[in-house]
Amino acid sequence: MLESHLPSGPLEKKWDLRKFENKLVNPANRRKHSVIVVGTGLAGASVAATIAEQGYRVKVFTYHESPRRAHSIAAQGGINAAKNYQNDGDSAYRLFYDTLKGGDFRAREANVYRLAQVSVNIIDQCVAQGVPFAREYGGMLTNRSFGGAQVSRTFYARGQTGQQLLLGAYSALMRQVGERTIDLHVRSEMLDLVLVNGRARGVVVRDLVTGEIESHSADAVVLATGGYANVFFLSTNAKYSNCTASWRAYKRGAYMANPCYTQIHPTCIPVSGDYQSKLTLMSESLRNDGRVWVPKKAGDTRNPAEIGDEDRDYFLERMYPAFGNLVPRDVASRAAKRMCDEGRGVGQTKLSVYLDFRDAITRLGEQEVAEKYGNLFQMYEKITDENPYKVPMRIYPAVHYVMGGLWVDYNLMSNVPGLFVLGEANFSDHGANRLGASALMQGLADGYFIAPYSLGNYLGSTKMEPAKDSDPAFQEALANVQGQVKQLLSIKGNQSADVLHRRLGKIMWEYCGMARNEAGLKKAMGEIRKLREEFWSTLSVPGEGAQLNSELEKAGRMADFLELGELMCLDALERKESCGGHLREEYQTEEGETLRDDANFSHVAAWEGTAQGPKLHKEGLQFEYLKPGSRNYK
Amino acid sequence: MKLNLKIWRQGAKDSDGKFVDYPIDDVNPDMSFLEMLDVVNIRLVAKGETAIEFDHDCREGICGSCSLTINGQPHGPDTGTATCQLHMRRFEDGQTIVVEPWRAKAFPVLRDLMVDRSAFDRIIAAGGFVSVNTGTAPDGNAVAIPKDICESSMDSAACIGCGACVAACKNASAMLFVGAKVTHLALLPQGQPERRRRVRAMVAQMDEEGFGSCSNTGACEAACPKEISLENIAKLNRELLAASLCD
Repeated sequence: MLESHLPSGPLEKKWDLRKFENKLVNPANRRKHSVIVVGTGLAGASVAATIAEQGYRVKVFTYHESPRRAHSIAAQGGINAAKNYQNDGDSAYRLFYDTLKGGDFRAREANVYRLAQVSVNIIDQCVAQGVPFAREYGGMLTNRSFGGAQVSRTFYARGQTGQQLLLGAYSALMRQVGERTIDLHVRSEMLDLVLVNGRARGVVVRDLVTGEIESHSADAVVLATGGYANVFFLSTNAKYSNCTASWRAYKRGAYMANPCYTQIHPTCIPVSGDYQSKLTLMSESLRNDGRVWVPKKAGDTRNPAEIGDEDRDYFLERMYPAFGNLVPRDVASRAAKRMCDEGRGVGQTKLSVYLDFRDAITRLGEQEVAEKYGNLFQMYEKITDENPYKVPMRIYPAVHYVMGGLWVDYNLMSNVPGLFVLGEANFSDHGANRLGASALMQGLADGYFIAPYSLGNYLGSTKMEPAKDSDPAFQEALANVQGQVKQLLSIKGNQSADVLHRRLGKIMWEYCGMARNEAGLKKAMGEIRKLREEFWSTLSVPGEGAQLNSELEKAGRMADFLELGELMCLDALERKESCGGHLREEYQTEEGETLRDDANFSHVAAWEGTAQGPKLHKEGLQFEYLKPGSRNYK
Repeated sequence: MKLNLKIWRQGAKDSDGKFVDYPIDDVNPDMSFLEMLDVVNIRLVAKGETAIEFDHDCREGICGSCSLTINGQPHGPDTGTATCQLHMRRFEDGQTIVVEPWRAKAFPVLRDLMVDRSAFDRIIAAGGFVSVNTGTAPDGNAVAIPKDICESSMDSAACIGCGACVAACKNASAMLFVGAKVTHLALLPQGQPERRRRVRAMVAQMDEEGFGSCSNTGACEAACPKEISLENIAKLNRELLAASLCD
């Protein structure tokens, strides 16, 4: 039975009420409690710093060489907050409305409202840390617009907002490391979760330099380990991003929620060759000034500069006049796909559309455009060898983020007591589609302002014996990890994990990507099972376990992706409706918009891993304040 | 494209290393440098030979993981570019390319092309922050910050901590890295209360880690993928002098 532990009371008071109900731990007693945090992105770094400041003993683990390398660093465009500095009608309630609607009414009202509420504190905290957000000449903070909103509420630091926010959280984390309240373990990968008497009490990690496998115990475990979009191989995620921490927790009993909810970002640099290792995002902020178009006629191969306005189809502006180029990501992605399916795509592969700055450069001048987007233009030119000031950018949708993740209650605790899940790793706030600039907001909301309260309450209200590494549960988990490492090394086949991973990605993109259908999903599940057999019989991992061995790391992560991919397909198959980023071809309107089925699917699908296979648990979603309507951006 | 790669191979921190030749004859000019190494590795692994280890992650020039000294230049021949953004079209058919790890006493090699840059983290832990606990912040607009000051601060804050400045410097000095962080925070009102303590602590930690001194050749600025200016070192020197005079 899934209990979301929502507070009572009116929407605006729920979080205050919960904070008041929470048990507290006396400052002098906090040092008696220890917490393990895995991951050092926005959510992990911010929660670790915050609880260490409060006086808890914290152990932090990251597979990166430094906490600052975590993938939050790559977020470009901005962070939403309901400050209403622009005096354009913003409020916590409007941000709540936009986020819930943007997610196609597949998130919990109370969670989303709390996110909107604390968003304003995030900006204040980051400014105080020295994050150089963009400002007006008068010295005040400035904003830009992002998709799915008609107010301007996105704070940014050039095209490097994620970097600046992460460096802020990282500096707070390192300050605590310097004060020895945080014990930091870098190049250390979590490979198992340890449960004692049903509670999360520790982790097993592998030291990636020496290969040593060891266990660590604590009173609670926080996973802030990011998303699993790399199951598609080609995605905008960093190469190391993976599902392993979440998946190993799933195998220990934590539920995986809505795994099929994937965000396909509309503005990425198109795929160019079969050697390609990743895709690069061009920030959504570009849609503030860039106009998206394709030629009106299929097969029009003229140079874009020679195609006059009369022969251009600015399809987003045509189809969605109210939001224009700033429709939410899922809507923009599907529209671009439709143009390419109609044969009107551009570029050599015909799998891209133009994002054109001609009019912005005429209106604002090249210098102002460069000030706003210079680093993005430069990045584009480096990859494509084309100058976007002169030639329109070519873009195509690519996998970018996952809304699905480990199931958590309102307190961000999973169904496993003592296991908290933060940031992209949990499923909680974005429903079936995340709005731009909301990931940074959620990661920092969870880490700075929500999880510290929940952890305090859990530690203050739970009686626990000190965990001992000699406990059989730790020994069993250690043996489990050692066994898997040994198994991966013993196959001695002839294919690297990368080669197999690329093939898994192709299956996922083909059948569980932008558009899905029953036959395709069933086929994908069969193909994934076959690929899994091939993996366990033909994988090659040269070298030893007791050394730095990145092929071994990749192989372990790949083994998990091969299981997760099948669950994603199963979840997509079971959700016989379309919502947000999940488009089932059988359920769409005549215009190709998503067709939700609120009567049967207004729920969170939480999957439990059992010996007989995944078992579905449903958490019904109740809407007391907003009536789920059809999402209209026209 | 045909290339002859000469790549540094080293088993572990304390073992001896050497250059090993890897000829490759089917490089696509649109590949990135790291994608070319991926291809080499995939073939090595298929033959059961150990892969060449190198740090990388975001592959879009922001995480600061990738390194590599390519034909003697940290991050290769392009200016303002990290190795992950370098493309093979930048090289000639038939060229020999020598690939080495960062070379600095404070960055020991872990294996092959991978080095340990945790010295940078310890410098930040010594003082590269504003001491503000979560929850204590005033409104973000409580203090106005002039736009040009904010922009200059951002220029310095853009450092990705990759260590190319150290690798490029004949003294393996970390002055550009430290200068960028000191400047970023010294320019902002939020950085003022700890301004003096910060610069002293960070420089002391820098010296303890075994980085060399600055002799103003500007090699660091030339190698920096984010084009962090040498002015940050001048500012660091001024800040340190001011801090020591105020003792």
